[in-house]
Amino acid sequence: MMSSRTSEKIAFLFLFLATLLIVVPVGLIIVIIIQKGWPAISWEFVSDIPRQGMRAGGIFPAIVGTIYIVLGSIIFALPIGLLAAIYLSEYAKNNYLNRMIKLAIVNLAGVPSVVYGLFGLAIFVIFFKFGASILSGSLTLAIMILPIIITTSREALESVPYSFREVSYSIGASKWQTIRHIVLPNAIPGILTGTILGLGRAAGETAPILFTVAAFYLPQLPKSLFDQAMALPYHLYVISTQVPNVDEKVRYGTALVLLFLVLFMNLVAIIIRYQFRKKKKW
Amino acid sequence: MIKIKVENLNLWYGDFQALKNINLAFEEKQITAIIGPSGCGKSTLLRVFNRMNDLVEGIHMTGEVTINGSNILSKRVDLVTLRKKVGMVFQRPNPFPLSIYENIAFGPKIHNHGKSREIAQIVESSLKSVLLWDDLKDKLQESALQLSLEQKQRLCIARLIAVKPDILLMDEPCSTLDPQATDRIEDLMRELKNNYSIVIVTHNMQQAARISDKTAFLLLGELMEYGETTQVFTNPKNSKTEDYITGRYG
Repeated sequence: MMSSRTSEKIAFLFLFLATLLIVVPVGLIIVIIIQKGWPAISWEFVSDIPRQGMRAGGIFPAIVGTIYIVLGSIIFALPIGLLAAIYLSEYAKNNYLNRMIKLAIVNLAGVPSVVYGLFGLAIFVIFFKFGASILSGSLTLAIMILPIIITTSREALESVPYSFREVSYSIGASKWQTIRHIVLPNAIPGILTGTILGLGRAAGETAPILFTVAAFYLPQLPKSLFDQAMALPYHLYVISTQVPNVDEKVRYGTALVLLFLVLFMNLVAIIIRYQFRKKKKW
Repeated sequence: MIKIKVENLNLWYGDFQALKNINLAFEEKQITAIIGPSGCGKSTLLRVFNRMNDLVEGIHMTGEVTINGSNILSKRVDLVTLRKKVGMVFQRPNPFPLSIYENIAFGPKIHNHGKSREIAQIVESSLKSVLLWDDLKDKLQESALQLSLEQKQRLCIARLIAVKPDILLMDEPCSTLDPQATDRIEDLMRELKNNYSIVIVTHNMQQAARISDKTAFLLLGELMEYGETTQVFTNPKNSKTEDYITGRYG
């Protein structure tokens, strides 16, 4: 029989090693990308168009394209996702059909992203004739991140204490007034968490934009919603596999910029969330 | 004058009958206490008067409850109007996670009681009527959640008064408070009785004896006794009431 001290030590060791096993690769990825990519970073790299078959110059159009596509997808996904979440958590009765719908939405988050890409190609590019465009790409990404936004928003709404709603009704507020003035303000931090997760996912995906928006090489900025655009993840894929003799530092530099962009967007959302959390005091 | 009249009220949660053939009449500008052991249906009865039971699924009622001359169990009753007239104080003080000012302004705002100046006046008069104004007038913008339990409960009463009800339902309003605070809230209730009809549910028989004009004793969903508080406590007609108030069960 092991003494409780020994078993405590062994348990601690395994738990600690498991955590280390996760932290080390993540840390290594960041270190390697910074180490190999940093030499490529310059003002020219982030502000110029690609030159010499994407072996020199900058990645400006891809940065702009990614920002457009990600913002576009959030503009579509956040309002629709939030409204659906409000319906599901506040209005939908707890019956078999609604439980199935909730389960289906959770599971949609696990569908491989290339499937969303094909769906976007069939629906937006071909059926609605939007062509390969920022509109098609944004809509496709929006559909991909909707399950994440709906699920996290629903959890945020449901975590608002029941007693707040009860009081609000007892004062004579209608259901919508209660949601609008009491439930929603208290759920905003959680809703923003979902948005952050959605942002990160939309910015980093390659497959959904492959058929719907991403341009192989387009040395100019998109002028309308119906233009194609370059995007960082796809550009990274292209210069890593499709174009020979691209300098390693250009590839890692592109990865670094993508990483930084996602980090920056998350940071903005985290700051907004922090501002709201400061106000929430229960 | 009779404020609330209950006739042949039955209430079921699914198959379980929680209230059995209740007949009662509550007087205007009096405090009526509803007492009885846990699970006797006293909170359920209280929540009939502002139809808060409607939030529970599978509830079913028969009979009539008349407030200000109209049957509030009717399908056509407008719950917003009803709940404006019949306010509720809950067991746990439950201010919204907002400022003191916004907590009280919430009701007037959703009911469109005029402009911000009028609302400011409502906030002031409501806080005055629960004797919080002098303590809180300089920190109206601070969070209501940092107040003491007693102040929170007073704030919750002020939040109700701001929508100008005429009946106050209180569901064990002092159960989380210490004896001194309970004493002061009871003083407040005696004060409020001049303007409002109050129905209080309480576990605390001394409290019922101290503050109420009339007392109703419920047991397992049935009304065992209803009468003047002094009579119910000194000379109960029903032997079950006597057993309960002398502490033989409950």
